[in-house]
Amino acid sequence: MSKEITVHLKIWRQKNRQDSGRFEEYTLNGVSQDQSFLEMLDQLNVKLVRDGKEPVAFDSDCREGICGSCSCMINGQAHGPEKETTTCQLHMRSFNDNDTIVIEPWRARAFPVIKDLVVDRSSFDKVIASGGFVSVNTGNAPDASAVLVSKENADKAMDAAACIGCGACVASCPNASAMLFVSAKISHLALLPQGQVEAQKRANSMVKTMDEMGFGNCTNHAECEASCPKGIDLSNIARMNREYFKAKIASEE
Amino acid sequence: MIATHNYFTSSIGKKQIMALTGFGLIGFVLTHLAGNFFILVGPDAFNYYAYKLTSNPLIYVAEAVLAGMFIGHIVLAVLLKLQNMGARPQSYFTKVRTGRGETIASGTMPYTGLILMIFLILHLLNFKFGTEYYTVVDGVKMRDLYKTVIEYFANPLYVAWYVFAMLCLGLHTSHGFQSMFQTWGLNHKKYTPAIQTLSSAYGIFVALGFSGLAIYCYFQN
Repeated sequence: MSKEITVHLKIWRQKNRQDSGRFEEYTLNGVSQDQSFLEMLDQLNVKLVRDGKEPVAFDSDCREGICGSCSCMINGQAHGPEKETTTCQLHMRSFNDNDTIVIEPWRARAFPVIKDLVVDRSSFDKVIASGGFVSVNTGNAPDASAVLVSKENADKAMDAAACIGCGACVASCPNASAMLFVSAKISHLALLPQGQVEAQKRANSMVKTMDEMGFGNCTNHAECEASCPKGIDLSNIARMNREYFKAKIASEE
Repeated sequence: MIATHNYFTSSIGKKQIMALTGFGLIGFVLTHLAGNFFILVGPDAFNYYAYKLTSNPLIYVAEAVLAGMFIGHIVLAVLLKLQNMGARPQSYFTKVRTGRGETIASGTMPYTGLILMIFLILHLLNFKFGTEYYTVVDGVKMRDLYKTVIEYFANPLYVAWYVFAMLCLGLHTSHGFQSMFQTWGLNHKKYTPAIQTLSSAYGIFVALGFSGLAIYCYFQN
């Protein structure tokens, strides 16, 4: 039998980019503990609409933890209290009856708040776009054994590629640094032979764009690693530091 | 030329120079502590060591490099800290540590660093540019630095401040030591845990070493 609980919500409300924003408090009864966190917010919004009030704006898309849309600080933690869990995969069973839940948007200069809990993460898209293309042979698919990749590197590249670009690393970083995200994007190609052709160019321009977007600088706290819903680890940042230094020292420009 | 300019103004470039100067300073702290241990041998040994060190003409080169490392480390720290503060103009109303990342040492780096900078200035004023006594060892007239040191630590308040500053040093270096490896891209499944242990050991060693000597000096009065 699922248990129904009452939660006291303290949610950041902000009309638009210009608005200074404030917290508003709501009490929600009859919240099933089998519900996901976003379903609980849906339930709140149904109630708000019924009462003729503005519903709370929040990002969501796949609701199965792979798209990276959902993003909010829940009780001071990116994606809430559970390890390696996105907000949509967080369930109300992680909360108790009469809990107060504080919900805030990601806060960083590079992630301006658009409305309520929705932030503009296009700075991530700009970083990815600046990475450019990967040179591959077109035409028929090559034999799987034509390009040799070690199992270890394939695994590491896949681990880095698991990044969904949700921005939890930036949100949880005391310095609002995007280095875990950028390093994951640099790593998943740097580890594979297909990524070698443009490796230097990619490290160079992605770091440059990251700096231009106004993210902070990593001070090796590892809060990003701890908050990442996909478990991207710090060794990726070390790899990015290496790749960037290599690119700089070898560059003829 | 443009490429080098970019490196030095880039986030990773600044961090790597920060790590490099920090590495030099970590080495300096260790040799300084080794020298301080001469206090335990006796006044003549300590004074003779200080005399030999400062009468070598290469000391000016060493001091210039050291000053460069300190200034570089501090200037970059301020620059990076200001950028980091600017990267989040509006702070969170509720923010809790995950408990799996930030530590007391890593979270207090700018503050322990600031205390160490103040300490450094006072330290130079109290000792290097402090009261000058003279003594004769083996027929050579030299500065009696031992007396200056013992006299300074006669005040328990000075001992307390010194011990506090050295605890900050231990905390600062225990994060800095391992951090510099990560910043230079040296993160390895096998070696990183060992580096982290060594980093904590280094921090504890220098904090206890310097503090212990200060307390020893207090009891020499």
